[in-house]
Amino acid sequence: MMQRKPANRSDMLVTGLGVLAVVVLTLGIFMAFVYAPTDRDQGDAQRIFYVHVPMAWLAYLAMGVVFIGSVGYMWKRSARMDRLARSSAELGFLFTTLVLITGSIWGRPIWNAWWQWEARLTTTLILWFIFIGYFMVRAYAGDAERGARYAAVLGIIGAIDVPIIHQSVKWWRTLHPEPIVLDTAGPNLPDSMLVTLLVCLAGFTLLYAFLMVLKMQIEWARDVLAERELTALLAPEGNQAERRTVATVSHKVSGAAED
Amino acid sequence: MRRVWALVWKDLLVEFRGREFLGAMVVFALITIVTLNFAFDLSRGDREAPGAGGLWIAFLFAGMLGLGRSLAVERDRGTLEGLMLCPVDAGTIFLGKFISNVMFIVIVQAVSLPVFYGLYNLPSLRPMVLLIAVIGAIGFAGLGTLFSAVAASSRAREILMPLLLFPLAIPLVIGTVQATTLIFQGDGADAWPWFNLLAAFDVIFVTLSYVLFDLVLEE
Repeated sequence: MMQRKPANRSDMLVTGLGVLAVVVLTLGIFMAFVYAPTDRDQGDAQRIFYVHVPMAWLAYLAMGVVFIGSVGYMWKRSARMDRLARSSAELGFLFTTLVLITGSIWGRPIWNAWWQWEARLTTTLILWFIFIGYFMVRAYAGDAERGARYAAVLGIIGAIDVPIIHQSVKWWRTLHPEPIVLDTAGPNLPDSMLVTLLVCLAGFTLLYAFLMVLKMQIEWARDVLAERELTALLAPEGNQAERRTVATVSHKVSGAAED
Repeated sequence: MRRVWALVWKDLLVEFRGREFLGAMVVFALITIVTLNFAFDLSRGDREAPGAGGLWIAFLFAGMLGLGRSLAVERDRGTLEGLMLCPVDAGTIFLGKFISNVMFIVIVQAVSLPVFYGLYNLPSLRPMVLLIAVIGAIGFAGLGTLFSAVAASSRAREILMPLLLFPLAIPLVIGTVQATTLIFQGDGADAWPWFNLLAAFDVIFVTLSYVLFDLVLEE
């Protein structure tokens, strides 16, 4: 804490990702507001698209990473896989919330409604509930190892269920015809819009990677602290051992975060 | 397979002797169906869709009531350890619990459907409705048995159960309600695609729950 230590690889990774994310996102935001043309039909409201689409992408990417972490945990029982899953779940919840909010903000002027029961929207809303369930099983399991197992179950079944939910809502909707509102953008958008979108996608994905690395470090420190606290409680010499271990941990956390 | 049936027989026997939750499930389904009458006007007009929706809400709620208890009672009585000490793997325990849960839900449906028919005069006794009821029960029981085990050893289990089960069971809710509505509205020929879909959902959910049950039970 007091003296500077030589930067190691994961520190450089964090710094590098952070700097890159800031640069690309600044460029992306600039492009979204200045470079990209104003949409003929939707006007400036369309510009939220450059934030909304990356949020949606990250929400589903994060669920994919939760799935990978959960399968990995089931397979190997490694604490690292569990940290991967739970870190990604927290970010996924954040991005799912944001995609729902940005979508509603766009929907209000364009659809004249905050919400439509359309397949993508409905699926994202259910995904949001699955993330909540994911945190609740962990919180209510009463013990960290059991929580990790239960969360892995939900992570696997939830990720497999999401495309099924999407398809079933789609079929439900085709049997109940409704005006198609969402396909206004279509695949053929001008190049300048596409480039802006790609830059924003890259920027936000870098932001996700940056937050993931940070979050994994925090979760690692949390695991180590919990373990040390346990050993300190069990150790007969009590206070002194505890102080020593906590000092070691904070020392390590400030410097490194390897498994 | 004989071991699975032994477990099913055990569950049925316990329920038969103790009469713990089957009665409550049936009464709950009936009271939900009656309450429907005050939530929607089912006496005239476009009543097929709300009728089918309400019927499945009743099954879903009543089923959850029983499913939630199915592993919780084992834990509370301390018989879960006994089950796990049996020389069978977790998959067998899952199948035993799953089959007895399907049976409980089907019994609830067997009582509710005639009552529903009598009260609302919707064709809820047609063979296609009975078939869809059983197909739906299989999917719900599959997911429900898995999450019953998750909820059983958690705090706030009564709340946790629906929070986990409802979002994941949405494809089943959509499928069963749509199929039932179509059968209520016409001859039901256009409901067949939903049957295939639901059968596919059942296979996916039951297989997944079977595979993941091991991860839940291991202590």
